Amino acid sequence: MGLISAVSSLANPARFAAFATKALPWLAGLSAALLAVGLYMALFVAPADYQQGETVRIMFLHVPSAWLGMMAYVIMAVASIGVLVWRHPVADVSAKAAAPLGAAFTFLALATGSLWGKPMWGTWWVWDARLTSFLILFLMYLGLMALRSAMEEPSRAAKACAILTLVGSVNIPIIKFSVDWWNTLHQPASVIRAGKPTMDPSILTPLLICAIAFTVLFVTLHLAGMRTELVRRRLRTLRITTASAALAPEPAE
Amino acid sequence: MTGPHAAFILAAYAIGVTVIGGLIVWTIADWRAQSKALAALEARSPRRGPGR
Repeated sequence: MGLISAVSSLANPARFAAFATKALPWLAGLSAALLAVGLYMALFVAPADYQQGETVRIMFLHVPSAWLGMMAYVIMAVASIGVLVWRHPVADVSAKAAAPLGAAFTFLALATGSLWGKPMWGTWWVWDARLTSFLILFLMYLGLMALRSAMEEPSRAAKACAILTLVGSVNIPIIKFSVDWWNTLHQPASVIRAGKPTMDPSILTPLLICAIAFTVLFVTLHLAGMRTELVRRRLRTLRITTASAALAPEPAE
Repeated sequence: MTGPHAAFILAAYAIGVTVIGGLIVWTIADWRAQSKALAALEARSPRRGPGR
């Protein structure tokens, strides 16, 4: 009960900004520490894979980036429900702040996947279901950011982006299950799957540490982005108020 | 991390550092710019009562 009321109290933008200001230094420190440990293990502790050789080290970047590319979209979809159903004041702020982060991590997953694919598959790119649906995810992020920047009125932009986000969310299960539904060059799930992960603990442990580090970094950047967005909206409101006051006629004496 | 595929691994990490570093720098720069603009506008605006 206490936790629920604490979380719902963050719906208030001022309280949310105060919470973010307090939490951000701790989250930033935790991100830096986890990233240092994760990257050290990825580059110096994890052994070369018996099939992939040293290129397995690309996976410690690729897999967490791909997870976050999808997680950011799920956050945006949940926030979009908050925008359309409850008209939650912080929901659109969350959706807007998550979009560039999701786009960046999706781009990173595509780029690192391509750099892994060339030596392992012999090609930079194939139009298989996993790669194509992931490229569509990247294009969705770009489209959503373009749509938002094309609309001047924030409440209209919020609604339009929320609708488009929810329409695009059909792509998330397609990405996840594409390797099961279709015959793809991309390998099937090896960590999040029914039964045990198929990976050796010497590779799985650094991968999970990198995934946790990337996730904490994402949370930090998302929180920071939301706080900045709240300031941007207050700035906009103040500018409109100031401009309206300047245009208002002087009261008669 | 040597071997025939070292260039691919180094390129992947270089892109990773650039993208994530870019995100961090952009996040901090955006916060500073917006906070500075808000502080400047609030300093110019007439006072409107506490907490407003």
